[in-house]
Amino acid sequence: METLEQIKAQIEAAVPGARLEIIPNDSPSAQRSLLVAAENGLAVAKFLRDDPELHLDYCSNATGVDWPEAELTEKIKVKKVVDGVEKEAEEVKKTVRPAYLEAVYHLYSMAKKHGPIILRLRTENRVEKNHLPSLTPVWRSCEFQEREIFDLYGIVFDGHPDLRRILMWDGFKDFPMRRDYVAPDDYEYEPTPHDDVLEKAKQHRAQEVKS
Amino acid sequence: MSAIAEPTPKNFELLPKDGDGELLEVAMGPHHPSTHGVFRMDVVLDGERVVKLKPVFGYLHRNHEKIAEGTSYLGSMPYTDRLDYFCSLTNNWAYALAVEKLAGLQVPERAEYIRVITAELTRLQNHACLIGFLVQDMGASGTPLMYAFREREKILDLFESLTGARMMCNYMRFGGCRCDLPDGWLAQAQKVVDEFPKFIDEFENFLSSNEILMARTQGVGVLPRELAINAGITGPMLRAAGINYDLRKVDNYGIYGRFQFRVPLGDHGDVFDRYMIRVLEMRESVKILQQALPKIPTGPIIDPKTKLRGFRPKAGEAYGRIEAPKGELGFYLISDGGPNPYRYRVRPPSLINLTVLEDMCLGQMIADVVIILGSVDIVLGEVDR
Amino acid sequence: MDEGLKNELQKQGVFTTTLEDIYNWGRKNSVWPLQFGLACCAIEMIATSMARYDLARFGAEVFRPSPRQADLMIVAGTVTKKMAPQVVRLYNQMPEPKYVIAMGACAISGGPFKQGYNVLKGIDRYIPVDVHIPGCPPRPEALLHAFMTLQQKIADQQLTGVNRPRHLQVDAPSEFTVPKFGEHDLEPSSNPAVWQAPALVR
Repeated sequence: METLEQIKAQIEAAVPGARLEIIPNDSPSAQRSLLVAAENGLAVAKFLRDDPELHLDYCSNATGVDWPEAELTEKIKVKKVVDGVEKEAEEVKKTVRPAYLEAVYHLYSMAKKHGPIILRLRTENRVEKNHLPSLTPVWRSCEFQEREIFDLYGIVFDGHPDLRRILMWDGFKDFPMRRDYVAPDDYEYEPTPHDDVLEKAKQHRAQEVKS
Repeated sequence: MSAIAEPTPKNFELLPKDGDGELLEVAMGPHHPSTHGVFRMDVVLDGERVVKLKPVFGYLHRNHEKIAEGTSYLGSMPYTDRLDYFCSLTNNWAYALAVEKLAGLQVPERAEYIRVITAELTRLQNHACLIGFLVQDMGASGTPLMYAFREREKILDLFESLTGARMMCNYMRFGGCRCDLPDGWLAQAQKVVDEFPKFIDEFENFLSSNEILMARTQGVGVLPRELAINAGITGPMLRAAGINYDLRKVDNYGIYGRFQFRVPLGDHGDVFDRYMIRVLEMRESVKILQQALPKIPTGPIIDPKTKLRGFRPKAGEAYGRIEAPKGELGFYLISDGGPNPYRYRVRPPSLINLTVLEDMCLGQMIADVVIILGSVDIVLGEVDR
Repeated sequence: MDEGLKNELQKQGVFTTTLEDIYNWGRKNSVWPLQFGLACCAIEMIATSMARYDLARFGAEVFRPSPRQADLMIVAGTVTKKMAPQVVRLYNQMPEPKYVIAMGACAISGGPFKQGYNVLKGIDRYIPVDVHIPGCPPRPEALLHAFMTLQQKIADQQLTGVNRPRHLQVDAPSEFTVPKFGEHDLEPSSNPAVWQAPALVR
């Protein structure tokens, strides 16, 4: 199979105006992924499935990831001239990562037996611009998985044939897999040396004493 | 949370609003004697024919993924046992494989052999039980299932002497296995494997040419090939539709490349083919076991570089998948360099294989819905997680 | 009847018994469980009813698919919040006298999944439980032991007096509140008539 750079070039040739970006992966797995702009999502997916060379006819896994706003710190080495002598100094660079929700698709080819190609689609933010195009018209296997992402993360997939809650009940209001979800406080925590658990236990106990 | 734009769910009506009252809506489940666990199907019937069928999930949604994101990498290993509770060892393997990809660990030779042996034993008992349940759904109440469980108990005894638990083995570790084989285990396993074909023959004598089984299953619940691929069906169900895609051959994970075995393929994609594929896969698993058991080398069983405590893989992500008895079981992990996975996702074969349940059931009799569901081979712990 | 007198009479060849003993003896040897599995423990429950462990020895092999025909509910597995109303409804549909075995850590307290947002922390929050079996999952032998414990419990029941079982008390409730799906949790989150939060002593 071609490298991810070649595939990116092919997609750019086939889908005019497609905005793509390769997301690096430093871990030993080295599974890099392709970030696709939401408005090109459907066209890119169709191309990947129908291209006779790539022929990614099988979408194995579709899942959501929640990225709340976070401050990323990165240590970089900067050369500084101190008192006429060039010295290396470490500087902490801070960047703010904006909040967004992400849908990740793992694509394989059953006919050519290669893969995976990893697609990522990102929403603009986590609050009201939480729409992404549904890839269910391209791969039926996304049907339940996208419903699950909708249920647990709150990404709305436009073009999904039957977008309802799948795991939680219909009247449920929260999106429990988001990082900031607070579960109902309905059990007594065991006293443990973990500070945050101890804090929760104290809160729970205070509530119990009141009631 | 109030600021979040509440996605408006579509109004979901099974029956047409202006219906003439001749259609009947039946909720099969979540407490239903023939379904496999707490699974519900909302079925619309015209007489006895199925017009519409919508599966309803979530009755066993026990938040495996959320809990795993708050636990250390190793702490999730016992939870994977409880995904597909028939096949805890293959679940362990899939998770271990994903973490090994994420952290770049090498598995020693002996551990690879132990993994193959335990995974194939798992496959044997899963398929045996599945056929028992399938035939029970057809109305052969009790007896075939008792035969299957008799064999299962023999394999569970092996698991118990190896891992200490019958069902929830919690055996594999990142970069190897937890403990070495006890004395005499290989001889005991060899005995079980040698006797297993006798059981398959016995089962097949009773079932494969049984007139009732053929009448109930042939031509029922046909799954077309194109739909099977597009809907991401994996495992025996895909191969029953005639598509040669077995991850043991495609990915060659572990040491499967060293063994001689064939991938049985179906022709019609109906319930009978799915039954037959399982029988044939059991025979192939016995072949693999017969090759693996005598060749097992001595040596360490775990990568010495593995840190079981304070394990923090580098930031990054990995997707690892294996051919579990039910289909492709994958684990997708994102690490942010911390002790817990940032994102932990299970790709459940049972859930995705149910995508085509409606397509297979439309136009069939209500009694056939139960056996079509039985032939998909679902376990609710994995469907809902 | 006085136990000593009974033994004395038996030595003389006179066999006496009480209505209570006969009644309880009959009941305890034909406990029909509801065919009802929730999760992992259900597989061990099936294994218990198979040839090797043979639940039939205890007169309880007749797993009934309908709650109307069952005496015993074995809550085998994790009860999720989505499933809890159905479990309570099934319990309400069972005729008295009815018994509940909470099988496994999940049914007792949520078990390993206690931290889950959709997991009910023990079925005893909504229905009364007679026997708890620890384990994850409990071995078939543990389920057999629970059966024997339940049989002993039935045999020891007095049919008259203040301690008589619930089904013989006119004003004792036989049905329990079925929780409703709320926006964030089940409503109510437990039935105070059955369960109160344990007082923590530290």
